[in-house]
Order: sequence, then structure tokens, then C-alpha cells
Amino acid sequence: MSRRVVITGLGPVSGLGMGVDANWQRVLAGEGAIGRVRAFDPSGFACQLCAEVEDFNVKDFVPKSYRKATKVMARDIGLAVAAADLAARDAGLVTRGNADNGEATSYDPTRMGAHIGAGLIVAEIDELTAALAEATDDQGRFDYHKWGSEGQGHLTPLWLLKYLPNMLACHVTIIHDTQGPSNTITCGEASAMLSMGESMRVIQRGAADLCFCGGVESKINPTAFLRKHMTGQLNTDNNETPDKAVRPFCQTAAGGVIGEGGGIAILESLETYEARQARQPGSGRVYAEVLGFGASQSVNAAKRNLEPDPEGRSIASAIRAALREAQIDPSAIDLIIPFGAGVPAGDQAEAAALRTVFGDGLAKTPARSIKPLVGTCNAGAGGLDVFVAAKTLFEQTIPPAVNCEQPLDGVDAATAESRKAKLNHALVYSVGVGGQNAALVLKKAG
Amino acid sequence: MSNRVVITGIGWVTPLGHDIESVWAKLLASECGIGPTTHFDATTYPTQFSAEVRDFDYRDFVTRPEAHEGVGTNTSFALGAAVQAWRSAGLDRFDALDHDRLGIYLGSGEGSLDFDHYVASHLGGWDTEKRRVDGAKWANVALKELSAVHEIEQEPNMPLSHLAMEFDAFGPAYNCLTACAASTQAIGEATEILRRGDADVMIAGGAHTMIHALGVTGFNRLTALSTRNDDPKTASRPFSHTRDGFVLGEGAGMLILETLDHANARGAKVLAEVVGYGSSADAYRITDIHPDGRGAVASMRQAMSAAGVGPKDIDYISAHGTGTKENDSTETRAVKAVFGEHAGQTPISSIKSMIGHLIAAAGAVELITCVLAIRDGKLPPTINLQTPDPECDLDYVPNQSRDAKVDVALSNSFGFGGQNDTLIIRRPDR
Repeated sequence: MSRRVVITGLGPVSGLGMGVDANWQRVLAGEGAIGRVRAFDPSGFACQLCAEVEDFNVKDFVPKSYRKATKVMARDIGLAVAAADLAARDAGLVTRGNADNGEATSYDPTRMGAHIGAGLIVAEIDELTAALAEATDDQGRFDYHKWGSEGQGHLTPLWLLKYLPNMLACHVTIIHDTQGPSNTITCGEASAMLSMGESMRVIQRGAADLCFCGGVESKINPTAFLRKHMTGQLNTDNNETPDKAVRPFCQTAAGGVIGEGGGIAILESLETYEARQARQPGSGRVYAEVLGFGASQSVNAAKRNLEPDPEGRSIASAIRAALREAQIDPSAIDLIIPFGAGVPAGDQAEAAALRTVFGDGLAKTPARSIKPLVGTCNAGAGGLDVFVAAKTLFEQTIPPAVNCEQPLDGVDAATAESRKAKLNHALVYSVGVGGQNAALVLKKAG
Repeated sequence: MSNRVVITGIGWVTPLGHDIESVWAKLLASECGIGPTTHFDATTYPTQFSAEVRDFDYRDFVTRPEAHEGVGTNTSFALGAAVQAWRSAGLDRFDALDHDRLGIYLGSGEGSLDFDHYVASHLGGWDTEKRRVDGAKWANVALKELSAVHEIEQEPNMPLSHLAMEFDAFGPAYNCLTACAASTQAIGEATEILRRGDADVMIAGGAHTMIHALGVTGFNRLTALSTRNDDPKTASRPFSHTRDGFVLGEGAGMLILETLDHANARGAKVLAEVVGYGSSADAYRITDIHPDGRGAVASMRQAMSAAGVGPKDIDYISAHGTGTKENDSTETRAVKAVFGEHAGQTPISSIKSMIGHLIAAAGAVELITCVLAIRDGKLPPTINLQTPDPECDLDYVPNQSRDAKVDVALSNSFGFGGQNDTLIIRRPDR
């Protein structure tokens, strides 16, 4: 019999804001964060929109003793450090990172893990180019010999460490002192939810009692922006109407928008949480129980796996695996937090998968994507989606459906206000470029 | 009751060749695959040599070349190694496989940049006065210079994606990137997926090259690489007093893992059983290993506890053994802490002395050598070990391979940032 696993802390970071309250209030209000890119001049790109995290300073989220290390944090890393700090505080955990002098951590460090999904981190373009520019010949052309002998010396010695994807988790484990299993899953948009599934498995099998888990990414830089353009999945029609750009499950969907951020949660074995509560009453709460997890791979060789097979065959199998482990029928699902990025091929494959799994019941099961508000945060996307799913169950409130005037066949995603409802189970899933899929079934606490 | 998990197929692409037997023979013969770097002009770099894969073409291996046209180096290595493993497991001759229960767990690295075009884009967008890249100018150049296939191949899940296309793998699919520990961790987590019964068969391993202009720059800036440019073949010298850093290698190692029940049911030959996996974080510093090897000790102990074996049961250790000052002495201390009085009697060697450090792919290739050590009763050597380091005083199988009965082998991988992973495999039941 494997251990029960619950979500006890949430740390969402997105264009909507930092932390549970800032994000939840704006999700409920349907207030979006998508606008014209400010981080660089996007006028050379067909899509000039994104959802940026504003006024972010990572130093606000690390202990004084760790401020120096923020110099070697790419933006992805800084945002992950912030999300983990928020999640730990939200869970009422005393960690090495937030403890007052001498206070013991509320966990055995060897029993806490970290599974934080990440993307490919691009070298900061001004820093790198300033060094490259030192290695040009008289005509301004790059000269390998000059680069090898002197140009590269203009990069800071720790340059490489800013960009290793595992540095998200490494900084988090160092700041908070968690010495258990730690992994960095890099599966595009499925990264965060695959990471949460792995934390769940690690806790179930007893290799750790609790974990930081989720994912964070920023692709708001010219190189990553260009690569996303090359997938053909960005919206290029709505540069003047950013709030209308992302239209999940709508027949007029015309592509996604890049967001930055994601979410880190605290997953914890129920018994560990209860023991912690007995020692420290009133610290934290259970948002939801994680009942089931499923993972799968879509294969669509004609599209080189940049989009799922049109029937969403493997998306359905991931969802079914999660339902099977949860031991519930699709009819018991009260709410779906889908991937729903507003990319037509992806949304259609998801809709096909949902029809396969839910049958006629799909029309009565609200599907609510937050991508119109926060964009697609790539490796972080699932972290935000799980935040919404868990908070929805905790608050017994369905978030609004945004920007869907003509829903795809059978999907309950038409524009609607938020509303109170009795919610026992939520399904949340991610669909990644490259074909990886992950699904979680959550149950209301108690 | 969880499933037992066995290895039924192996394949690799390495600087010494692209098939199991010839590379294994070279490793046992103390051959070295290190030479001058040719992938780019490194002649003025602090480090001008590496262990490159030569004369390799993935198209010699795959059955669906049209799906892989233009793939990056990591994916090409992954395909070559995985097809070998697939065939060695007899899966190419097995029609009854349930592809919904065929999963993949890789520890593969980020792609190699299309460097010349990338640099041209950056310099094309550079505003000399403001000392910043003008986004609009950059985009104009980059949209012309850079190709979609190559850019999308940068994502670390692309080798995974191509293996899924090659083998129609619809089951659980992951790529992890925990630096130099990645493929060991991937094999460990793949094992756990099979133990739980979430798949019948997993392709597990890793593929990586960092032998490219910015990869070598990154490690040179960290002063992690050997700079013994006058004698590359002796540059990788793990555990030697005269070691001065690691040597970059490249390639891939892939294994077919499956539940013992599934292997038995299809009559597959079992090469070894995976009996232990441990994973930990140092939680110490991003630049340094914990001085006591705290995380390494924890991951070895977890793996031994899972395997139900003690120090005296382990016949061979495949070391992480990079050849950096810090790693080799710390790893030695960690092995002593875990093995106690048995540390001196347990042979431990590093094949990085011969093929360099394959970074994310290193652990998978090294685990394959453990499989072969069990099969053939031979231990690969640590070459270039002429000058012992007083801090490194274990039996590193110096310079020459050796016969030894190996029933249980342990393989360590440690990554930048304090990632530690350990696997233990055992001779299969008769």
C-alpha cells in the first residue's frame, strides 16, 4: 500500500504576480497579463506578445547570505528560487532559507527532495555578444583564434553554471537544505507535471517524505522567442489585441503566446504533514490530495512530434492512467484544467482525447484554461495549472472561461464567469512539444 | 509486490567506436580515444583536445530515416545506441510488444548550437555604442541565418522524441538533465517505473556532446578541463597525483530495461538485474562538492540498502572518476566512508581515462561496462595512473584490465550542483 500524497504549499509565479493570492485573484477576475514584449524590441517578430513577470528581483526571495549567488542565476533560475520560497512559506515550512537564527527546519533534510522541471536556458544575449564582439577581425567577422585566446576570457568564470537546467533545483536544494532525491525533467511543456508525478512516486515509495516540485521557465529573450516562432505555434494575428490573443478550444484559435514563470508546489506524504501539524499546529493546510498520475508519449512523425497525433491517442492514455490509479470513473471528474494553449492542432487533439475519455459526459465537465491570462509558460506551465486545480478544489470555485466564443465540439469551454460549485475531483494535464504528456487527478482535501 | 527489473539490451556510440564488442575490447586493451579537437577550431583554446566520435552516421542504424532528417548530434548518437540496444534485446524480432507499455527515460543534454550562424546573428544585432543587442536587428539576421530544424533540435527532449518515433513508444516518456548524473538517474527512474508496473519495457540511457565552441568555452572558464595539450592521450588521468581536470568526450549509451516477467515471457536473454538505485542532493554549493562527499555517501548507501547488499558483496565499482582534483579525492573519501575496511579490496576504475567524460551520457555508458564486466569477468582499467595521489589510495585497476569474477557492480555518477546517483546491478539468476 503506497503512501497518500497531498499538496500542502503552492508557489505560483507568472505575469499575474507572485504567490497564491496575487495569482488567484486575477485568475478569478479573468484579468490577463499578456501584452507587448518589453524585455527586448520584438518588432522583428511576427508575434510581439508575451506575459512577462514584472518588477522581479530575486534578492527579495533569498536569505541575505545567499544574495551573492543570485549573480549566477539566469532568469529561469531566479524565478524558480522565488517560486520555491513562496511555496515553502505557503506550506508553513521552516527551511534553512527562511529560518530565523538557529530555528530547526521542519523536516529532516535528507528526507526532502526537489523535482523541478526546466527548459533549455539561453545564454543572456548581451553578456555573450559583448564577449563575442571582442573576438572579431578588422572586418567585424568572428575569429575563432581570437575567441579561444582572449574573447572567451570576457565571460565570467562561472558563466556555464548560469545556464545548466539543473541549477533551478540545485539552488533550491542549497537555499533550503533538502538532500533527498533531486531531478530536473526537461520535456518542454510537460516538464512541470512530469516532475510533480516523479515527486509523487518518490514519496509513495518512501524515498522522501516531501518535495519541492513543479517547473519554471522564461523564454522571453530573442533566441528562445525565435525558436518558438519556428514551431509555427505562436499567435501572429492579435498584436494589437493582446487580451484576445489566446483562445483555448475556440474554433477561431490562432496560436499561443509565450508566458514566463510557472509554479512550484510542496508535495508531502499525508502522515508527514499530519505529524508536522501535531508539532506546529496551524502551519499550512492541505489544498488537495494527489490521487493519480499518468504519463505517455504522443507520436506524430509527419509533424516531427511538434504537435500530437490528431486523435490525441496518447493524451487520452495518460489521462486514463491517472484515472485508473485514482480509481475513479471519468464521470467523477468535476473540473478539467486542460493544457489548452490556443494552438489549433493541439487544442483539437486535446478535445479528441477528452471526447474519447469522457464521452457524452464531457459537455457537462467544465474545462478551464488559464493560458489566455498567463500565456504558455513552457516548462513551468503545468506548475501553474496544478496551482489552479488545487486552489479551485480548495476554494470550491470554478475559474472563468476566457476567449471562447465558439467552442470545439463537446468541450465545455465557452466564455463564462467564475462560479461556486461543489467540486470533488479535478483533472489537470500537460501536452508538450516533443510529444510528452502528463496527467494528474486531484481530490478535494478532507 | 514490485516487479524485478532486468537489462536485456545494450548499445553505445563512443569515441572508441559504435558497437559493443569492439569498444569493449579496446577498453580492456587500455586504448585511448582522445585526440586533437576537430569539430571546431580549438587551436587557441586553453584545451585543444577531446574524445570525439568518428565515422558515425545514424542512418546506418535507423529504420525510419525520413522522420530524423537533419537531427542534431545528440539525437543521432541516441538513435545509433538505441537501435543497437533494441536489436541486442531481440526486440526487432519480437512482434507481440505492447507499444503502449513501451516507455523511454533519457538523460540527454541540450543540443549543440549552430554556432557560426548564431554568432553571425548576435554580431549582426550588436549595437556597439549601447553595448547591447538590438532585438529587431537581431531578429532580421537570425530569421535568415538560423534553420528551424536545427533550432528546435536544441531542446533536450528531442532525442527522446526521435526515439519515440523510431520505435513507436507510447508509454511514459521523460528526459532529465541533471548534468553529469543525468543518464544514471534516468536509468534509476526508469527502473522505478518498471517496478511499479507502469510499463513493461523502457529504453533508458543518455546522449550528449559538449564538444562545441561554447561547450568547451564554458568548461574552460570553469577551469574544469585538462590543459595537457602537448599529450592528449595521457591527459585524462583519474586518481593520479598529476591529474589536472577532465577531458570532454561525447556519445550515447542506451539500455533496454524490462520487468523480469516480461523478459521471461518472451524468452529474452537477461544480461543483468538492476537491484539498487540511490539519488541525493549535496545541498552544499553550486561550485563545489561537499567535502565529505555527503551526497555521494547517501546515494551509495540508498542503492545498497535497496539492493540488500553490503560492502563485501560488491565486486566492482565504476567510478565517476572524472580526473578533477576535487572529484577524485572526494569520491575516494566517500567510498571509504561507505565501504569501510572493504574499500581497499574493492576494485574501482574510471573508463573516463580512455573515452573522456560524456557528461549526461557518461553514466549509461559506464553502466554498460558493468554489465560487460559481469558477463566476461573482466575489469576495465584506469589508464594513465603512473603517479599515485596519497589521497587516492584505493585499487583503481591501474593501467591494465584484469580478470575478476563480478557478481555485483556499483556505478556512481555525480553532477555539477551536487547531484548524486548510484546504480547497482547483479549477475542474473541461472
